[in-house]
Amino acid sequence: MNGVNLMDLLSQIFGKDPEMKSKDTAKERLRLVLVHDRTSISPQLLETLREELIAGISKYLEIDEGGLEVNLDRNERAVALVASIPIRKMKRPFDVAVER
Amino acid sequence: MAGKVIVITSGKGGVGKTTTTANLGTGLAALGRKVALLDADIGLRNLDVVMGLENRIVYDIVDVAEGNCRLRQALIKDKRYEHLFLLPAAQTRDKNAVTPEQMKNICDELRKEFDYILIDSPAGIEQGFKNAIAGADSAIIVTTPEVSAVRDADRIIGLLEAAELRDPKLILNRLRPDMVKKGDMMDIDDVIEILAISLIGVVPEDENIIIFTNRGEPVVLDQNSPAGQAYRNIVRRLEGEEVPLMSFQGSSSFLSLFKRLVGIGGR
Ligand SMILES: Nc1ncnc2c1ncn2[C@@H]1O[C@H](COP(=O)(O)OP(=O)(O)O)[C@@H](O)[C@H]1O
Ligand SMILES: [Mg+2]
Repeated sequence: MNGVNLMDLLSQIFGKDPEMKSKDTAKERLRLVLVHDRTSISPQLLETLREELIAGISKYLEIDEGGLEVNLDRNERAVALVASIPIRKMKRPFDVAVER
Repeated sequence: MAGKVIVITSGKGGVGKTTTTANLGTGLAALGRKVALLDADIGLRNLDVVMGLENRIVYDIVDVAEGNCRLRQALIKDKRYEHLFLLPAAQTRDKNAVTPEQMKNICDELRKEFDYILIDSPAGIEQGFKNAIAGADSAIIVTTPEVSAVRDADRIIGLLEAAELRDPKLILNRLRPDMVKKGDMMDIDDVIEILAISLIGVVPEDENIIIFTNRGEPVVLDQNSPAGQAYRNIVRRLEGEEVPLMSFQGSSSFLSLFKRLVGIGGR
């Protein structure tokens, strides 16, 4: 998620883009912050989502509930729901067999 | 005929709500309309000094809400116009001294007698804001071309929508064409694109506003200042007229902007 992208790298090498006007920076920052403001997802809603995700996924996979992470991430111009779900094993017998 | 109740709001403080309310109200009165200005910023009363009426206050909006006086008695007549009145905010009370229901009743009573009721909203999104919008049937949002002001305006747009106050109009205040030209200030198009609402006017940064406000005179009555012209244009748009933007106001696509300009009036 936080990997250095080409743009960042270039601006690190060449210094700040001389063509980038301060108003463009303002606009870009506004756009990002508003995407986040407008998706008003409360921590409580996120917690409910987490519980229902566990319930839903557990029908198919055995997961490590303690290690499950659900977060909102902002990238370029959208908000992404990023879930990291450690899987212990698949539930169906043939998958278990493949697993070792 | 029932008057229009328009709330002037912004989220962020200091962006020009009170100045806008005073100037649009005075401008409408100058065209012969009956206008009531209502200061809903309880505890931080300001519209009285901007209008130059601070020495005439006897009763205020809380007195009306609590029944200490009749609405008529609390209305202060303007110095300049016969049909322009101010209902001042209380200075020594807080936002909870008036309820949304009381606010609604006051607006409905004013509606019977005035063509326009302009409500000067406090900053913020809490009780004071809720009171200010309670009796309104449309809204004007004031913002400056800065990140924090536009962000707050966006929040207000969402809250107005939730309160079923649809189709708010935007006033972009304190625009500096010189900075826009250098690329150091967001222009009209930038702000409109981000907020996605229609524009009713642009007011340039103008030191005449401060000079006139020092004297308790609305700049809208000054024929020589750019801000005065800008306010007169907005007044005409409120009245349903199509008025193009002033030419000094830098914009990347003037024509597309012209199409976006809409008046509230004329329905
Ligand atoms: N277009 C403008 N040019 C110059 N000064 C302005 C302009 N608009 C507002 N001001 C000044 O900015 C300050 C805040 O305005 P005000 O109307 O009191 O804002 P608000 O009611 O939103 O807090 C005042 O001192 C006012 O004179
Ligand atoms: Mg104010």
